[in-house]
Amino acid sequence: MAEAKTRTVSPEARRPLSPHLQIYRPMMTMMMSIMHRITGAALYAGTLLLAWWLIAAATDARAFDTANSVLTSFLGRIVLLGFTWALFHHLMGGLRHFIWDTGRGMDHPEREYLAQATLIGGLVLTAVVWIIAYVVR
Amino acid sequence: MANDPNSMRTTVRQVRHLGSAKSGTHHVWHMRLTSFALVPLTIAFIWIVLSLVGKDYNTVRTALGSPMIAIIMLLFLLTSIYHMMLGMQTIIEDYVHGVHAKTWSLMGNTFFSICVGLACVYAVLRLSFT
Repeated sequence: MAEAKTRTVSPEARRPLSPHLQIYRPMMTMMMSIMHRITGAALYAGTLLLAWWLIAAATDARAFDTANSVLTSFLGRIVLLGFTWALFHHLMGGLRHFIWDTGRGMDHPEREYLAQATLIGGLVLTAVVWIIAYVVR
Repeated sequence: MANDPNSMRTTVRQVRHLGSAKSGTHHVWHMRLTSFALVPLTIAFIWIVLSLVGKDYNTVRTALGSPMIAIIMLLFLLTSIYHMMLGMQTIIEDYVHGVHAKTWSLMGNTFFSICVGLACVYAVLRLSFT
């Protein structure tokens, strides 16, 4: 104990740290990496909505109508729009990781194109699905 | 060696003469495996949901309970829930450093994932068999 108290810096504190977010200028590839994690966490929470909808469908017509009326309300639609985008953005990010897994697409400017494709692909697919949803409704 | 101040290994590891756990690639492999499976499964899931937009209760109920759709939904649910449990584990390990907070968070992640997964699977099975 006496020895531990005289120590000013613990061995753990002396271990090297990698530079973190605040060191870097924001870049497209970095933003897409962060968005991949944020959309993943959002989808994690979003499974509660999916669970609720499925349980409502398995319960009875009244529970299903309640869930449907909440999910198709103005606020519900905004949440579902965000859910759709998070799902597509995360899917695009996943495809980008598969390209990287093969060892390709890591150099400049390929990685910039992939970051842009992730962002645009996610937005376009969200728009397409919602247009289809409004047409078939 | 044990007193080397620049060593990357923690003191406990050095004292116990422990090397690598030899299971470090298990997590990343399962992440890739589930990601790969989720590409077609997510497209199928979105297709199913799109086909049910604006439909009445009985249509939705019958559709979700039909064998092919139920099987695809179960595959999607089980794969995505396992995938998200692994993902949240990585997020917790990256940001939560306190021993107690980390242990509770990891436990919470496992419990949440299993509860949501079981609830979804139960609902689909109930729609299939009632």
